[in-house]
Amino acid sequence: MTTITQTTRSAPSPNPARRGSSLSWSQFVRALPGTFRKLDPRQMWRNPVMFVVEAGALLTTALAIAEPFIGGGTSSAGKLAPSFSAAIAGWLWATVLFSNLAEAIAEGRGKAQAQSLRATRTSTLAHRVSGYDEKADPDALQASVAETASVELRLGDVVIVSAGEVIPGDGDIIAGIASVDESAITGESAPVVREHGGDRSAVTGGTRVLSDRIVVKITSKPGETFVDRMIRLVEGASRQKTPNEIALNILLASLTIIFLVVVLTLNPMAAYLNGATSIVILVALLVCIIPTTIGALLSAIGIAGMDRLVQHNVLAMSGRAVEAAGDVTTLLLDKTGTITYGNRQATEFIALGDTSDAELSDIARLSSLADPTPEGTSVVTLAGGPVDIPKDAEIIPFSAQTRMSGLDLEDGSQVRKGAGSMIAQWVGRVPASVQTDLDAVVTRISQSGGTPLVVASKTAAGAGTVRGVIHLKDVVKDGLKERFAELRAMGIRTVMITGDNPLTAKAIAAEAGVDDFLAEATPEDKMALIKREQEGGNLVAMTGDGTNDAPALAQADVGVAMNTGTSAAKEAGNMVDLDSDPTKLIDIVRIGKQLLITRGSLTTFSIANDLAKYFAIIPAMFAGVFPGLAVLNIMQLHSPASAILSAIVFNALVIVALIPLALRGVSYRARPASSILGRNLAVYGLGGIIAPFVGIKIIDLIVTLIPGF
Amino acid sequence: MAPVGTEWLLFAGEMATLIVLLGVSHVHLGDYMARVYTGTKHLKIERGFYRVIGANGDSEQSWGAYLRSVLAFSVIGVLIVYLVQRIQTWLPWALGLPQPSEPLSFNTAISFVTNTNWQSYSPDTTLGYSVQLIALTVQNFVSAAVGIAVAIALVRGFMYRRTGTIGNFWVDLTRGILRILLPISIVAAVILIAGGVIQNFAGFQHVTTITGSTATIPGGPVASQEAIKELGTNGGGFYNANSAHPFENPTAWTNLFEIFLLLLIPFALPRTFGRMVGDRRQGIAIVATMGIFWLASNLLLAWAELSASGTAPQLAGGAMEGKEDRFGVVASTIFGSSTTLTSTGAVDSMHDSYTALGGAVTLSDMMLGEIAPGGVGAGMYGILMLAVIAVFVAGLMVGRTPEYLGKKIGPREMKLASLYILTTPALVLLGTGLSFAIPGIRADLEKTSIWNPGTHGFSEVLYAFTSAANNNGSAFAGITANTVWLNTALGVVMFLGRFIPIVFVLALAGSLAQQDKVPATAGTLPTHRPQFVGLMIGTTLLVTALTYFPVLALGPLAEGLK
Repeated sequence: MTTITQTTRSAPSPNPARRGSSLSWSQFVRALPGTFRKLDPRQMWRNPVMFVVEAGALLTTALAIAEPFIGGGTSSAGKLAPSFSAAIAGWLWATVLFSNLAEAIAEGRGKAQAQSLRATRTSTLAHRVSGYDEKADPDALQASVAETASVELRLGDVVIVSAGEVIPGDGDIIAGIASVDESAITGESAPVVREHGGDRSAVTGGTRVLSDRIVVKITSKPGETFVDRMIRLVEGASRQKTPNEIALNILLASLTIIFLVVVLTLNPMAAYLNGATSIVILVALLVCIIPTTIGALLSAIGIAGMDRLVQHNVLAMSGRAVEAAGDVTTLLLDKTGTITYGNRQATEFIALGDTSDAELSDIARLSSLADPTPEGTSVVTLAGGPVDIPKDAEIIPFSAQTRMSGLDLEDGSQVRKGAGSMIAQWVGRVPASVQTDLDAVVTRISQSGGTPLVVASKTAAGAGTVRGVIHLKDVVKDGLKERFAELRAMGIRTVMITGDNPLTAKAIAAEAGVDDFLAEATPEDKMALIKREQEGGNLVAMTGDGTNDAPALAQADVGVAMNTGTSAAKEAGNMVDLDSDPTKLIDIVRIGKQLLITRGSLTTFSIANDLAKYFAIIPAMFAGVFPGLAVLNIMQLHSPASAILSAIVFNALVIVALIPLALRGVSYRARPASSILGRNLAVYGLGGIIAPFVGIKIIDLIVTLIPGF
Repeated sequence: MAPVGTEWLLFAGEMATLIVLLGVSHVHLGDYMARVYTGTKHLKIERGFYRVIGANGDSEQSWGAYLRSVLAFSVIGVLIVYLVQRIQTWLPWALGLPQPSEPLSFNTAISFVTNTNWQSYSPDTTLGYSVQLIALTVQNFVSAAVGIAVAIALVRGFMYRRTGTIGNFWVDLTRGILRILLPISIVAAVILIAGGVIQNFAGFQHVTTITGSTATIPGGPVASQEAIKELGTNGGGFYNANSAHPFENPTAWTNLFEIFLLLLIPFALPRTFGRMVGDRRQGIAIVATMGIFWLASNLLLAWAELSASGTAPQLAGGAMEGKEDRFGVVASTIFGSSTTLTSTGAVDSMHDSYTALGGAVTLSDMMLGEIAPGGVGAGMYGILMLAVIAVFVAGLMVGRTPEYLGKKIGPREMKLASLYILTTPALVLLGTGLSFAIPGIRADLEKTSIWNPGTHGFSEVLYAFTSAANNNGSAFAGITANTVWLNTALGVVMFLGRFIPIVFVLALAGSLAQQDKVPATAGTLPTHRPQFVGLMIGTTLLVTALTYFPVLALGPLAEGLK
């Protein structure tokens, strides 16, 4: 077990604001060693398309070296420049290197992060409790404590961590409360409170306790802590190919095999027609038509996709989960904290009887001045801000019995706010006209999903009057309605989960614009809902932080655990959001989709490119024997040698040109599938057909300047 | 030969007639076939047949069992056809013909069982009535029924949810023959007889022609074989001249009727597919894709033949070499396009004599993979495999794990679809390539088979392997194919070209049937819109062009572009 033992500022900051996503020169330089190391055929083998290119590069190099001694092979393309074979060989190596470069740059970004995480890891001393007794001494005040290296800690050990010390390993607090600086993990400098029991009991190894003293039970094995996993993830070491990536690789490998057959069978046929061509030209043709562009960029795209998640402060436990996020069709969102601000707020005062609006506002404020709850504060805010509590006023706090709170003023008068029925009892007789109005207002507020609080006052003589009603309601976060509409356009259904009664739930659901809701939800209901959705073929994503969320997080296809949550929840989910922001789910879905779109678009581009390359190479190969085929040279390329070399150069350069796009991802806007497809087909399909015609022609004009071409 | 303008008018008229006829039959036959393959009731005769072969008509098979049934049935078919040829001399109505050679018998057996009907021989002077009837006509029916059965099994893969099964081969086979192929071909045969096609057992007739020379022409049960030859997209003619022979295809309207027959089932199956998966729009997208290819090919071929350059064609108003004067240019090219696009391979004109570019069109038609509309059943499953590829790339581009009709296209599905599209091109290219790569064989080809050395001779060999691998059966007939190498190589290619793809199709059907259906949302790629039709066309064209561009350049393009 290793631990971070330094202060917060040198911590990695995976915050998007602090990390540029554009390519920098230093990234490029750092990637260079890796670029050459990856030429190792044992590594290359995993990428069949580029492996073929490397084999071709080797073959042409050998031929180029042998050529001065054995003479160039016969070619239907006529006499070629003496440097032709060498030029082709050089550009083939460049093609392979460019592919390696893309992968190395993508990996480099993660490595930089891992480096700063790892650089800070040293062993630290832990105070291990021997013979911890949960019942007799929960705070481990009497227990004997032994100093142990943090790497020695085992699953289930109990340690004490005091203010200023670094937590030696991942665990759950079993006693005590502390403020903890987690910036080493989250990049967020504000300390967070961790306490035993409840959903905020998990602590992460490497974070620092700032105040108080806690007893922690270690929940991770050495080498498998959160930080270790994080390092492996950002480094891409544990990257496994995702199902879609495997499927795409299969398609690319098949195309490569077809084209290999095309090229291998070409010479025997051409020989019958006295058109046999040289091996160098055949290799050039092969490399041009196999899907090198996507083959070169495929793994960079995958790594960059994971990296984008990290930039959003989300750790995915597998690439599979990122891909699943793109497929999500149902999103379960907790109401509290995700859809609403989490606390009910006063939004309206409704005066009754003779009371004026201003009077009601004042009385409501008075009754709430001493109310520390968020609801109370919101009443004060709505009434125009806090004022001093009148001198010598007696504070009447809320209790479960009275279900009211308020003030008894010095002059003997009293103000109260509370549940309707209790206020009615407290006031005594209410005039019939006021009662009718009151009932109407209370019903209206309840039906709209709000909570009515009745305000009343008593004079010193004890005559009570109902003054009006405060409308408390759950306030939906700004901009959510638009985001849900966006999700709907993407084909994702949102379901709100709440413990509220169906009436309230329905009203909030309507206001937030979610598609469906689950009211009075228990963890079992939530689980049942996920299973039901999955039965119907839907892919479900949800967020959760509590231990009782764990089963549902495990069952969901994408389960995002909040970093503030329990370790059970973090274990169960397949992603952890370091910012603990449940609306992040929407970004995760977007990143998942973007990853797939980038792969698909570059595949289309890569295959569409082939058309132009055929028009460059085929006439160059055979026009010497069949002059009629010169008609196919629609780009009017200068000579057979310049045509073939230009196609190869274009093929290599396009990889470099597309590295930034592969790392950044194709732009994605929430729109229906057919309109996204239409756009991407136009850009990458049609563009993929046209671009190489232009590119090859331009390169040909330059190549023509070389003597002999 | 009529002036070019009149020919184009004739073209428009014939095409319009075909489109109207096919439009009507597409709906009715398509719906009928959907009922045939989804019905649960058995006819009495069917029940009797199941009892005889020991099959349970009410149980469904896993894809493995279905595949084993297809293969067992077909291999036994090959053996029977081979044996019947070998014992021809002892059979009645052999017309005194000797037994064909072993390589030829091998080639013919595979050819008819695989629905290719490549004929390395001159049928009227090689095989007697017994072989034609017991071996060839039977295979004309059953090989077509096998094709439809495999297509239906794949459709069931899309239709079923979480089953391990894809239907019962014996039921599909029996129903295909008894309820679809037999009734239609009986009606069609009667119509053909009415149109002048012969139907007798008269043996060889010696006649004196108008120029005074004598000719020996066999009579035979032609109309009955002609009907299933077109309907089952078989294409194996009774006469060597195939549908160019007046006894097989006497008049312009029997010609049109035969074209209609060969397009009938392939164009109706998309409707069956739409019906079975519960969304007719999906079928319309498929039939639109097929139809656009068919129209484009017809236009191109007619244009190539009508605008042929050279003294003779200019004088005649079009390239008339190899075409029947009875039909003229366009009636020949419509037949030519339709027969190469449906894997029928019947011909009413000699493709070898088409202009170089016209020949390239017929070659490309086959290279598309026989999907527009393709052979009976084979076209349907072929285009669905291409749809899977198209959906995969497009699905990624919209940011979802690709899915078609609610079924996810994952690694396993992709592996099967990729292997499918890999098989035929590999067979064509390796077959042609090996023919020229092995010195002994190349020498034999040059000496015996190729009579037009150079690019055209190359095209003939390329055409032969393309035709065999795609189970088409038509030929650039200037080639002498009755040699040991061509008989054997083409036989092997036909066999692999038929059954390897079927393995992948049925495996895919099984893997799809096991899946649940993903509900469609706004994020799902719609597969019934013109956009998807465009995508299918683009994918097909690109895959075909990239695979075959070099060989087309060496063959017909080198010959035609001067």
